[in-house]
Amino acid sequence: MIAVIDYGAGNLGSVVNALRSIGHAPVITQKPIEIVKAAAVILPGVGAAGDAMKHLNDLGISDAIKQIVKENKPLFAICIGLQVLFDETEEGGHHTCLGIFPGTVKRFPAGLKIPHMGWNQVNQKITHPMFTDIPDNTNFYFVHSYYAAPQNPAIIAGTTDYGITFCSAVARDNVFATQFHPEKSGRWGLRLYQNFLDMALKRKPQKAQ
Amino acid sequence: MLTKRIIPCLDVTGGRVVKGTSFTELKDAGDPVELGAFYYAEGADELVFLDIGATPEARDTMVDIVERVAKRVFIPLTVGGGLRTVDDIKRMLKAGADKTSINTAAVLHPELISQGAERFGSQCIVVAIDARRKDGDRAAWEVCTHGGRKPTGIDAIEWAKKAVSLGSGEILLTSWDADGHRAGYDLELTAAVSDAVSVPVIASGGAGNLEHLYEALMQGKADAVLVASIFHYGNYSVRDAKEFLARKNIPVRMTG
Repeated sequence: MIAVIDYGAGNLGSVVNALRSIGHAPVITQKPIEIVKAAAVILPGVGAAGDAMKHLNDLGISDAIKQIVKENKPLFAICIGLQVLFDETEEGGHHTCLGIFPGTVKRFPAGLKIPHMGWNQVNQKITHPMFTDIPDNTNFYFVHSYYAAPQNPAIIAGTTDYGITFCSAVARDNVFATQFHPEKSGRWGLRLYQNFLDMALKRKPQKAQ
Repeated sequence: MLTKRIIPCLDVTGGRVVKGTSFTELKDAGDPVELGAFYYAEGADELVFLDIGATPEARDTMVDIVERVAKRVFIPLTVGGGLRTVDDIKRMLKAGADKTSINTAAVLHPELISQGAERFGSQCIVVAIDARRKDGDRAAWEVCTHGGRKPTGIDAIEWAKKAVSLGSGEILLTSWDADGHRAGYDLELTAAVSDAVSVPVIASGGAGNLEHLYEALMQGKADAVLVASIFHYGNYSVRDAKEFLARKNIPVRMTG
């Protein structure tokens, strides 16, 4: 069973539509107990990281996410879902996040059009089952004003250029997260979900590398 | 590198797609769900659905269309036309829209922009500006509302800046002088707004050939181009447009 976390994120419906289109009916839940029981979990997200953290904390989901990461269950986090995995975000002043990855979420430098909105290339930095059959430098759809700056460069799975080169995908053990929106990235975005389903449903959780 | 977006625009009334010269001569150009899926398969970067009927009944039809499109089309969807309240916005986002475009209601009640941005995030709030050149002034434009019929006297550049300061995440800029005439976008207007705001600008109104798209992206400094008639009537495909732009070194997303 794959659980999609429902904490009020605007792109929940799109993520569910994407999964259904590739033949998977996920469980949509906001109950921590269902989240920790799931074989794999998807954390959607769009909007502001501070709001997202507030909802995750209020619903008791933050601890559930930390637990599944500890148990090395597959977790796929998207956009704000990626950002909240880090220590903290500068968005809206300052907000403490889940602290699963050391690092800070920062605003793009002034002088660029913000949000970074549209299709941009993801340069794959590692070989990973999530990238199976997806060509390097494929375009994915982005819409965000902040980006994650990981302390440990080893978790950077993909980078993208927008004024600066920023981390657009992270991977560690069974956690994979993208700053872009695979559910809005056409064929290759759907392929990313397919790869996650393959990873989550057909294999036992294993340490990457 | 961020690519430039090619966005087919589907004007919808009574559940059907239409497009005519400056919206006064409407011609049926197809079923919005089928057409949306067709453009998605062709490599469109986003889709815009504008409800030009914008009656309460039309809104229900639009919700149904958006729900059906969102199940088949996995690129961003913007929906606009007659959205007046935060609840109207919410309903479209819930149906599957990624962004909502607000026009007349934003001019009448600018707080709708900030309320929408606060509630759903700036990325969901596109302010659509219909602009027309002021008489006797070549480089000044005024905002029109009510489907371009009502001049407001508001300066279009100042309004764009204000909309962004209130939380608009993108500007959809239509030249009412150029729209429907297929003689090219208003490049001066597009460049002026693009220079004035810090968010992406979508150029709209006037595309008659592929060179016009190139001009809007280069001279007009637009981040994206909205295209209707020349796609709907089959003059060019999305792929034609992207191949043309790629040959001229504009970064575009090519699909397999």
